[in-house]
Amino acid sequence: MDEELERDERVFLMGEEVAQYDGAYKVSRGLWKKYGDKRIIDTPITEMGFAGIAVGSAMAGLRPICEFMTFNFSMQAIDQIINSAAKTYYMSAGLQSVPIVFRGPNGHSAGVAAQHSQCFAAWYGHCPGLKVLSPWSAEDAKGLLKAAIRDDNPVVFLENELLYGVAFEVSEEAQSKDFVVPIGKAKVERQGTRITLVSHSRYVGHCLDAAAVLAKEGIECEVINLRSIRPLDMETIESSVAKTNHLVTVEGGWPQFGVGAEICARIMEGPAFNYLDAPVIRVTGVDIPMPYAKILEDNSVPQIKDIIFSVKKSLNI
Amino acid sequence: MLLSVNSMQKMLTIISNVLKGSASKNGAASEVARVVAARTYADFTAEATFDVKKCDTHRLDDAPPTKSVLTREDALKYYRTMQVIRRMELKADQLYKQKIIRGFCHLSDGQEACAVGIEAGIKPTDHLITSYRAHGYTYTRGVSAREILAELTGRRGGCAKGKGGSMHMYANNFYGGNGIVGAQVPLGAGVALACKYLDTDQVCATLYGDGAANQGQIFEAYNMASLWKLPCIFICENNKYAMGTSVERSSASTEYYKRGDFIPGLRVDGMDILCVKEATKYAADLCRAGKGPIVMELQTYRYHGHSMSDPGVSYRTREEIQEVRSKSDPISLLKDRMLANNMASVEELKEIDVQVRKEIEEAAQFATTDPEPPLEELCNHIFYNDAPLEVRGTLPWTKLKSIS
Repeated sequence: MDEELERDERVFLMGEEVAQYDGAYKVSRGLWKKYGDKRIIDTPITEMGFAGIAVGSAMAGLRPICEFMTFNFSMQAIDQIINSAAKTYYMSAGLQSVPIVFRGPNGHSAGVAAQHSQCFAAWYGHCPGLKVLSPWSAEDAKGLLKAAIRDDNPVVFLENELLYGVAFEVSEEAQSKDFVVPIGKAKVERQGTRITLVSHSRYVGHCLDAAAVLAKEGIECEVINLRSIRPLDMETIESSVAKTNHLVTVEGGWPQFGVGAEICARIMEGPAFNYLDAPVIRVTGVDIPMPYAKILEDNSVPQIKDIIFSVKKSLNI
Repeated sequence: MLLSVNSMQKMLTIISNVLKGSASKNGAASEVARVVAARTYADFTAEATFDVKKCDTHRLDDAPPTKSVLTREDALKYYRTMQVIRRMELKADQLYKQKIIRGFCHLSDGQEACAVGIEAGIKPTDHLITSYRAHGYTYTRGVSAREILAELTGRRGGCAKGKGGSMHMYANNFYGGNGIVGAQVPLGAGVALACKYLDTDQVCATLYGDGAANQGQIFEAYNMASLWKLPCIFICENNKYAMGTSVERSSASTEYYKRGDFIPGLRVDGMDILCVKEATKYAADLCRAGKGPIVMELQTYRYHGHSMSDPGVSYRTREEIQEVRSKSDPISLLKDRMLANNMASVEELKEIDVQVRKEIEEAAQFATTDPEPPLEELCNHIFYNDAPLEVRGTLPWTKLKSIS
C-alpha cells in the first residue's frame, strides 16, 4: 500500500482504525505518520456509510482502498459493494467506472466465534462486475494487492488474519516497487503427478503440509494456489487434472454453493471430466456457525489429516 | 398627461394582446396585431426582480435572499427547460401505457422547478446525484430528451445504450439515477470528498426523497460529511409521499431540513424556481467557502403516482392534486411572472410550447424506431480498461465475449 500511495496521489486508504491506531491488525502501520490525515482516513463505525463514500469518491476520480476490519462487517455495506460498485460500469454502458479496492481479513480466526468467522469468497465470487482475490503467501499479498489497486475496477481483496503473522520467503523480483501478480491466474506451488490439490488462502499451506507427508509415502501431489476466486483460473486446474487424473479442493468456507462446488461444476462441464479417474472431493469447513471452544473450532475447519484422507480416498489407497 | 416609457410599453402590450386575442375572429385586426406585436417585441423587460418566499432556516444566522433577479434570457431558458421536462415525462407516461416502455418508470411532472432551479444555482462543473426519479435531472445535466426516451424504450441510441433503463442514466458530473433508496446519499458525500481531496471548488448536490430521509446510511453520511467538512449539499425533495405513505405516517419528524441536526438546514419552496435557485446558490456558496455540508429541503409535489404502476389516488385525493395544479404549478408560476412583467409575450411562449412539443415528438419517434441493442453487446462493459474476457452463457458450452 505504501508503494501505491507513493506512486499515485489519487490512492488513499479509509477504514476503522487505519490511521492513528496503525490498523486493527497493524497492516497500515506507519502510513498515517507518513501520509497524514488527507490520505489515511479513520472512519466512524459506519460501514454502509463509509463504503458508499468510498465508492462515490471512486466515481469522481479517486482510487480508494476501503478497509473492512473483517469481511463479516462488509455485510452491512454489501449493497454499496454490489449495487453501487460492481454493477455500475455495466448499467452505464461504459460511462462510469469504479476503481476501488475493498480489503480486509476474511474467514475464520482463532476463538472469535460465529459472527466473526465467516468466509465470503463464495458470496463475492458469485457477482459479475467484481474481481475477487485471495492471497496466500507474502508474494501473493503484495503482488495481488498492487494489481488490485492499479486495476480500474472494483476488487474484493480477501486477506486472512491468521496469515498476517506467518513469514514467507520473498524473491528478489518480488521486492521491486513494480512487482505485480496478474489477476485471474493461479499458481502451481508444488509440482506433482499423482493428484491435484486446489486451494486458496490459508489452506494452501495445509495442502503443502499434507503433500510433504504424502511425499514420504511416494505420493507426489500437485498443489495449486488459486490466488483469484473471480475470475477462476480453470485452465491451470484442467491442465493439472489432465496430468494427474485426480482432484481434491480444499477451502475454509461452508460447502453449500462454495468455491469447491463451483470448481466441481466447471470440471464436469469442461474437457477435464474425461481425465478424471475418480469424483472430485471437496474438503470444506463444517456446515455450522463457527463455535467458540477450541476443540469445537478445531473440528469445524479442514485439518491436514482431512486432506490426506481425501487424497487416499481419491486414489483408492 | 405624461406617460412613462414603461407604462407606454405596458399599454402597447395590452393593446397587442387584445388585438391578438381577437385576431382569430377578425382577419383585418390581425394585420394591426402583427404590426403592434413587432413593435413591442423589442421592448420586453430585460430584467426584473421578484420576491421569493423566505426560507426557514436551521442553525443559520442568515438566509438566502428574498429577492431574485431574473433576466429575460434566463426566464425563457428556464421556461423552455421546464416545459421539455414536463412534456418528456408525459410522453413517457404515454409510451408506458402503450407498453413501449417497460419495468419501472418514476415520473417527476410537478417537480420541474427543483431540477431546473438546482441546475441554475450550481455550475456545470459541479456534481449531482439523485434517486430513481431522475429523468428531469438527466436532462438538466446535459443528456438530450432523445437519448433519455430511447433509454426508456431500451434502444441502442439510449444514453446507456439500452442497458440501464429509467433508473440508471449517467452523464458527465452526473452519477445517476440510483435504484436503491438512500444508497446515493453516501455516494454523493463521496463525490464531495473527491472534490475536496482534489482541491477543486466544486460541490456535490446529493438528492433524496422524503421516503429515503429516514435511511440510516443518510445519517451516517451526515456524520462523516460534517466531521470532514465536505462540500456536499444534501437536498431532500419532499413531495409528501413515499410511494403511498405520507410523511406524517413515515417520519417521527417531518422537518427534513432539521434532520441533519448539527448540520445547518434550509426549507425551500420547491414549486418556485427562483426560490430554489437562490437557495441552491446560497448553499453552494457556503460549501465553496469550506463551511459545508448543508441540508436543503425542497417542498414540492408530484402529479403522477409513485411510478407508472401507481394511479396515485388511493392515498391522496384528486382534489389535492388538482389544487396543486391550479395554484402552485411551477411552470405556470414562472409564466405568470414573465407575462405580468412583460418579459415575454403570450405568442412567444406559445411558440416555445410548439417547439418543445415538436422536439419531444421527434425524440419519441427516434425512441420508438431506433433498433434494440445488438446481442453482441450483451456481455460488454463488465470491466473497464481490461483485456477481453469470456463470459459463461446460459449453457456450459456457450462462451460469450465481453470487451471493456
